[in-house]
Amino acid sequence: MFEYDFMRTAFLAGGVVAVAAGAVGFFLVLRNLTFAGHALSHVGFAGATGSVLIGVGALWGLLAFTVAAAVAMGLIGDRLRQRDIAVGIVLSLALGLGVLFLALYTAGAGEATAILFGNLLAIAPGTFWSLVALSAATLLALGVISRPLLFATLEPELAEAKGVSLRLVSVLFLAIVAVAVAEAAQVVGVLLVFALMVGPPAAAQRLVSRLGAGLALAVGLAIIETWGGIALAYATDWPTTFWIVLLSCLVYFASIFKPAIARSTTSHG
Amino acid sequence: MDALAARGNRSRAYPLAGNAIEFDRVTLARGGRVVLDGVSAAIRAGEFIGVFGPNGSGKSTLLRAILGLLPPLSGAIRVFGDPPARGSRSAGYLPQQRAALVDLPICGWDFVASAWRGDRWGLPLVSRRGREEVARAIARVEAQTLVQRPLSQLSGGELQRLLLAQALLGEPRLLLLDEPLISLDPHFQQAVISLVRDIQLAGEITVLFTAHDPNPLLGVMDRVLYLGNRRAAIGMVDDVITDQVLSRLYAMPIEVLRINDRIVVVAGHGPVEAEAHRHDV
Repeated sequence: MFEYDFMRTAFLAGGVVAVAAGAVGFFLVLRNLTFAGHALSHVGFAGATGSVLIGVGALWGLLAFTVAAAVAMGLIGDRLRQRDIAVGIVLSLALGLGVLFLALYTAGAGEATAILFGNLLAIAPGTFWSLVALSAATLLALGVISRPLLFATLEPELAEAKGVSLRLVSVLFLAIVAVAVAEAAQVVGVLLVFALMVGPPAAAQRLVSRLGAGLALAVGLAIIETWGGIALAYATDWPTTFWIVLLSCLVYFASIFKPAIARSTTSHG
Repeated sequence: MDALAARGNRSRAYPLAGNAIEFDRVTLARGGRVVLDGVSAAIRAGEFIGVFGPNGSGKSTLLRAILGLLPPLSGAIRVFGDPPARGSRSAGYLPQQRAALVDLPICGWDFVASAWRGDRWGLPLVSRRGREEVARAIARVEAQTLVQRPLSQLSGGELQRLLLAQALLGEPRLLLLDEPLISLDPHFQQAVISLVRDIQLAGEITVLFTAHDPNPLLGVMDRVLYLGNRRAAIGMVDDVITDQVLSRLYAMPIEVLRINDRIVVVAGHGPVEAEAHRHDV
């Protein structure tokens, strides 16, 4: 299957996005922000359809909307009890706007399907290089904030006392999440970003408790699920997204049952 | 001695030199409500202070003010002679245990180590010196056997020891411990108290230790700081935990009974510690 250009591009693009999605997702799951990630991808839908409407690449509209929404969310802060409700209502509005933009853009339902469910086999060379640059930027930014981010995630009150600005860390992290969401949406679509950003890290955190190992496993699983999905799609001619989501789901549920066995044999210490 | 040092009617109770913490007519508010009003008190370097008071009397708020997280509405706080500074390395802090920690899938070692210079930018890598310091802190709380397990598998007491290890990172001169005895069984309460006492004596560290019940701390406290009714009283146990002082702090008639070297604080309807074990402001 590697004799085709589009297959090679799909594997490379999928791998590049999986690394960023797995790494960012690891912290997203650790911070209990998975709903925020989900919401950001839906907000991105409005951006993607809107930019298609005005003739700009969907990735850029996606990026603009997710980053703006992420910064707003970070500024609201996560202590606000009503936040999830506010976010949910805004994401409904975003989806509604997306529907409006699609109705105004009469040319294609194909475009909408690609935004909603991804189309890894049709990634243009220009988009590929954008994804490489965005992944690199995401990982670099995550590297810079990961230390205070981890401290603020595990021990917010102590971190605050030691001089970490919880608000700043939260805003920066959500902005990074927004970029990763926009990338992941290219692979699995805005509706199924969860499969790539939440599935692999959640499984990894159930399997290992060391930070470094968990992060590496989250990234590894994201890559394996993405590549496995592409290969299965090639073999079956079913959509890539379906296979990636299925693999993500299977790995996650396998991880739920595994520790139950391990715990019953080792917890007597 | 007049134990009730409140309401700004006198300026400095103790000389400047040798004080770890000074409150000079300090007013603190939390969420728009004044919890301490014009409180003056001084804590000498190396003292072990038990901090008590009813729920909402401002114990946690006081610690947050000392950490520089909450500026006073009026008055001045000095920590080792300087205004409180957020991020100061001289203070170790054990926040009230939060429910969020209980299901974390991260192992104990990584949890403690996340606090080692966690305020710096960059990757969360811990240098060799950092690893030694983390290992030393873990050894001081005797948690070596716990740290390979994820926090989700630890009991409340085990988690409390890891929080104490975090507070000890960076060799602080001042330890602010917010309800470290909550969720511990009596045997382990004693273990934590003697641990803190040993650490305090070995390093001449100043300790502020908040709790609901003074009894477990009777043998180790140098003095008590009792908060209530927006005021504070500081002094020896026998001078502060009295009918007269506590009645003023609780703003109702209080009787202090001594039974076999234990103190029982009784309000109209029964022992007041019975109201305890809710989280405080």
